[in-house]
Amino acid sequence: MNLFNIIEHLAEVDSDVLGRFDSRRAVFNSLGSVAKRAALATSPLFLGALFQKAYAGTTSTPIDVLNYALTLELLEADFYRQFIAARQIPSGADDTAIRLIKSHEDAHVTALTAAIRALSGTPVAGTATTGIRFNASLLPASYADQLKLAQLLEDTGVRAYKGRAAELLGAPNDLLTVALQIHSVEARHAAHIRSMRNQLPWPNAADDVATDTTYTGGVPNTSTTSTVVTLGGTTYGIPAYERTKPSMAESNINQGAIGTKAALPITTAFGDTPPKYSADDAAAAFDEALQPAEVLDASRAGRLLA
Amino acid sequence: MSDYTFFPAWREQSLGRRVFLRVSAASAASVALIAAGCSDSTPEPVTSDPNLLTLPSGDSGLLYYAYLLSLAQTTLYQKAVDVPPSDFTATDRSVFADLRDHAIVHRELFRYFIDPAGTAVLFPTDFVFNLTSFTLTSRAGVLAAAQQIADLAAAAFPVLLTLFTASGTSQRLMMLKAGSVVSRQAAAIRDLLTPGSFASSNVVDSTGLLITKTPMEVNTALAPYFAPYVISVANLAVPV
Repeated sequence: MNLFNIIEHLAEVDSDVLGRFDSRRAVFNSLGSVAKRAALATSPLFLGALFQKAYAGTTSTPIDVLNYALTLELLEADFYRQFIAARQIPSGADDTAIRLIKSHEDAHVTALTAAIRALSGTPVAGTATTGIRFNASLLPASYADQLKLAQLLEDTGVRAYKGRAAELLGAPNDLLTVALQIHSVEARHAAHIRSMRNQLPWPNAADDVATDTTYTGGVPNTSTTSTVVTLGGTTYGIPAYERTKPSMAESNINQGAIGTKAALPITTAFGDTPPKYSADDAAAAFDEALQPAEVLDASRAGRLLA
Repeated sequence: MSDYTFFPAWREQSLGRRVFLRVSAASAASVALIAAGCSDSTPEPVTSDPNLLTLPSGDSGLLYYAYLLSLAQTTLYQKAVDVPPSDFTATDRSVFADLRDHAIVHRELFRYFIDPAGTAVLFPTDFVFNLTSFTLTSRAGVLAAAQQIADLAAAAFPVLLTLFTASGTSQRLMMLKAGSVVSRQAAAIRDLLTPGSFASSNVVDSTGLLITKTPMEVNTALAPYFAPYVISVANLAVPV
């Protein structure tokens, strides 16, 4: 079988498949790994699509995105360390669940740190006493409040990954898949902690913390936002905050914008009269994203950093 | 009956793709692809299977794939709501009503992305997700079936999301927003069946990453429930 024969047929008709390169820095890494996999680089069209995208100009590199994710994972991991150290967790199922979740957050720190190093970047870092860590003075005294904070952190994490996944399109080493795998695990954590608190597994209007900033969009007008984050021994960039387009609150019921067509109110979008779904059903069926500037703002996770 | 009668999106593919595929049936297309790899000889004619439903290529095919996953979920959750097993608790009933509502919202939104006008017939009228092989007369049976399907859907999303090629982010973001809710659903169902199993080692690996499944793997897992119809995902983008 002549592989090149197939590849040429493919490349003739679909250069989309090959246009997976979003950052200049990623180009050469990606070229390496993809070329090894399929020797696609023999096609001139492939190279054309590659460089056209690669030189179009980007705001954040994969290293920036990964450092942002690592910042949140370090915060979560250190929070769980302090949560366990406070010795308020009932032994048995609760203790087992929190330790399992902590082990996942630690693993995410390890995975993201390794991924950044693999790209020759400098990962943000933190220990119990230095760098990125949870502000010990903000750890609540009671188990119930500690668990509530865990829910807010996990739900923030789910929103945070969504806000940046698109920037990892075409990143080398299958990093987008890795980010999405972590995103999915954070959602499982959030669901379980919510169940431990007798809340529904998904954000909804009946939540006891429904009005917390974790579930709103935007930042206060008084907040100053930056595109440069210096934390944990290094500096990374985040996209400029779009103040005129704050992220949707979790109570949003409009979905499905296509091109210039606006999103539809899910309650009535599918021709059900009277509406088949309540606004709460419509909102709970989707988790909303948050922009990085919103996540790192002092009104959300930013305030929890030591 | 040609096998793509029910797939208007297929016919909307650009001429380039149609030329590339050369033949209408995906099974024949894959033969042509293999043939292209082997030599310039003429491929053997392939008898078209009337029950073969070939998902279109490109982002449209990915939407069909997501639609099928939510069809599986909605069918199962609806059954549990309509005919709950006698040992279903009040909590179980309430959770399954929510699961059903969220999954139908997802299914209908995927359908809207496939066919914004809402006029196309996507599948044959007798095409269903068949529940007969599940044991749905006991709580344990319903939860086991739900866990199987929800875990499958949750495992599909991280791969599916990487395969969209549209330059706009709307489809991808919509999928991303639905995908984490599917993860929450899977965790909730697991916790109902086996408390504390929300992220067990058979769904999350030792490096803290969700264990994923490709469209091919998911399709194989769902195949028995779509019989006599056979879904082909041969045209879908393949994870790099």
